Amino acid sequence: MAGKIHRPRPNKDRLRRTMMFMNAQRPGLIKDAYIYGCDSIMLDLEDAVAVNQKDAARFSLYHALTTVDYGDTEVIVRINGTDTEYWREDVRVCVAGGADGIRIPKCESAEQVKEVEAAVEEAEREFGVEVGWTLLMAALESPLGIMNAYEICTASDRMLGCAISGGDFRTSMRVQIEPDGIEINTARSMMLLAARAAGVQCLDTMYPNLDDEEGFRREVDLIVRMGFDGKSLINPKQIAYVHERLAPTPKQIAHSEKIVRSCREQADAGVGVYVVDGKMVDPPFFREAERIIELAKKCGVYHGDL
Amino acid sequence: MINAVGRDIPDYLLVDGKEVYQGRFAKDGQVMKRDAPTCVMNEKPVADKLCASIREACEKCGAHDGMTISFHHAFRNGDYTASMVCKVLVEEMGIKDLRVAATSLGDAHNLLADYIEQGIIVQVQASGVRGRIGDAISHGKLKEPAIIRSHGGRPRAMMAGELHIDIAFLAAASSDKVGNASGNGGKNNCGSMGYAMPDSRYADKVVVITDTLAPFPNVPASIKCEDVDCVVVVDEIGDPKRIGTKEARVTQDPRDLMMAERAADIIAATPWFVDGFSYQTGAGGPSLAVTRFLEERMDAKEIKMGVAFGGITGNMCDLQDRGYVRKIVDTQDFDTKAIAHLHDCPDHVEMTVSDYANPASKGAYVNYLDYMILAALEVDTKFNVNVITGSDGVVRGAPGGHPDTAAGSKCCIIVTPLVRGRMPTICKDVTTVTTPGECIDVVVTDYGTAVNPARRDIIDCLDAAGIPHVSIEYLQEKAYSIVGEPDPLKWEDKVVAIVEARDGTILDVIRQIKPYTFD
Repeated sequence: MAGKIHRPRPNKDRLRRTMMFMNAQRPGLIKDAYIYGCDSIMLDLEDAVAVNQKDAARFSLYHALTTVDYGDTEVIVRINGTDTEYWREDVRVCVAGGADGIRIPKCESAEQVKEVEAAVEEAEREFGVEVGWTLLMAALESPLGIMNAYEICTASDRMLGCAISGGDFRTSMRVQIEPDGIEINTARSMMLLAARAAGVQCLDTMYPNLDDEEGFRREVDLIVRMGFDGKSLINPKQIAYVHERLAPTPKQIAHSEKIVRSCREQADAGVGVYVVDGKMVDPPFFREAERIIELAKKCGVYHGDL
Repeated sequence: MINAVGRDIPDYLLVDGKEVYQGRFAKDGQVMKRDAPTCVMNEKPVADKLCASIREACEKCGAHDGMTISFHHAFRNGDYTASMVCKVLVEEMGIKDLRVAATSLGDAHNLLADYIEQGIIVQVQASGVRGRIGDAISHGKLKEPAIIRSHGGRPRAMMAGELHIDIAFLAAASSDKVGNASGNGGKNNCGSMGYAMPDSRYADKVVVITDTLAPFPNVPASIKCEDVDCVVVVDEIGDPKRIGTKEARVTQDPRDLMMAERAADIIAATPWFVDGFSYQTGAGGPSLAVTRFLEERMDAKEIKMGVAFGGITGNMCDLQDRGYVRKIVDTQDFDTKAIAHLHDCPDHVEMTVSDYANPASKGAYVNYLDYMILAALEVDTKFNVNVITGSDGVVRGAPGGHPDTAAGSKCCIIVTPLVRGRMPTICKDVTTVTTPGECIDVVVTDYGTAVNPARRDIIDCLDAAGIPHVSIEYLQEKAYSIVGEPDPLKWEDKVVAIVEARDGTILDVIRQIKPYTFD
């Protein structure tokens, strides 16, 4: 039973710039994973854990969830696939331990999400956890998953978002990782459209070549420009660059401040469309400016008074 | 008597003008008369100073019972000399009641531990004690308490006449027949001889021991013929594999890297980070990594480091080769790359440990140090640091230049994980005070950074740069919440070692360890 550790209520819309994967079976690794400052940690019961160690990993996970205070860092667990014999017990452990969310691997349909949701709800009742507490997200790892992204993202109120899993996806597409990301750009784009249409977050895959700093940065630059909310990581040293790139720049912040302020003045004066710094400004600009100020606040880079 | 860091110093130690520690600058401005060695004149022309054996040199220098001898540690764990000399003194000549005043003692000197246990070596004075010698000391095997001094405190004690060396046995990579000796030019090179140089000036007799006899004159020389009495050529002065180890790779441990990056952020946020700044770092994992992160920050500000000093690693040499460091001023070389670099590069020069850190000098390098990056075994909530005694209370470390650089630098940053294994690094009270908390400015751990409240200026810099920080008490409580509060160690009454502050006052004492019992 979730006991000593009081977790803040899981928030679907929280900041998820960085999701760091860690093997749930390794207590030394997961005992203080929050110190690196990633937004979410992803405790893995699936591929990182050998088949004959699934139970050991669940014990390690449960102990961590119930004894380690992860503070503001979100704790999500990647369970085993719904085509395995492990996932139902995984769900019970996650819910009993009080995890913030569950990542459904190899998700290809809305039915899969609903199946997991039912198991989560059952576990919430079993362990006295508030029904609806536990969030869900889907990992899209196949062409079919990408094709069904919108249905998947809208299958449950618990869905916080979806993530593409590059390794499996590339295998099913019979392609290798390319420097410019051309091999999964279509999938990334389709998933982004689906996630935005569904109003949930969209997260990118991890970059596997740990020593290739340049390649990692190139990929981060790409997905930031595409509009992703965040990225999976496999090493703490990757956190800083993602946070740097996803934070609004001082220039963006100053411009947004100007728009928000002037827009309020113009609205008071009964003006709709007007010009700031030589550019036309109308309501969509205002909403985007407000979003940037909000994001800057969340990223800790806003020091103004809006 | 309770001293300025709250340690109870037994009154019986406070004799012959010995005082307790009164604060980091309490002795500033005090007048002193320097001690000098007793020498004889040499007017007649002679062929050389060569002796056929160590024994012959010892006899010529008047080796006697109760004498104080010294060694230096530039040959690190590969040093053969200290053991070789002690063996001759003890087993061939039957000398008793030896006092060993080495710059540092370690794993290469287990033979000396035997002599301590046999009561032949009665006292040890050093800036570092590791290995079996530390065990022997902590179990009360010395007749007189050991004296542990910092790198700067040792030459101070020599200048003040508190440490008077009868014979200094100084290993050198090369020497000519009259004693012009160097850390280079031999078959086993050690690089800088910064620790040996003050001994050559203050010991009554100086014996150079080498395995490479170089043509006369062997210049430039670190040890000069005017200070040398005898030269002995032996087969091997050391084990090359243990003298200069391979250059340490910069750590890939994410925890170390995170702490190192935070330390670099702090440096970049403080006002001394300007072109020409001076910098020193330890050779440990996170400390080395700080230097790596500084590079980007120097680029961003378009500045260079003016000088790096102290013990030098190949990483620092690389940094100089790439144009980031104007001068390297070197007391000791940690790896083969640094050893060769000292020899090859004109902007990388040797300095004596006295020049580096001696508080009784007219102004040592440490007094002009901007940033010092240090490690620690323990840091307490008063910011006191321990780098001497382990979690079992046994002497197993070296203050080295820790107290000197911490006192001298404008910004002294400790980088250490919050816990090691099941031991809290940040604790309520350190086992042994090596460096007073008033000299420590910032503590960076993997769980947060604490700034000494006395450094309001640094706190303001961090706040302005948006670098988060917490109280040292928060870190201590966090550490105890993870690994629990350790039971206090159990001690006998007997003082086995005195930890001298760099000004010669008593900073702390180490007592004999009591075997642990469950009661």
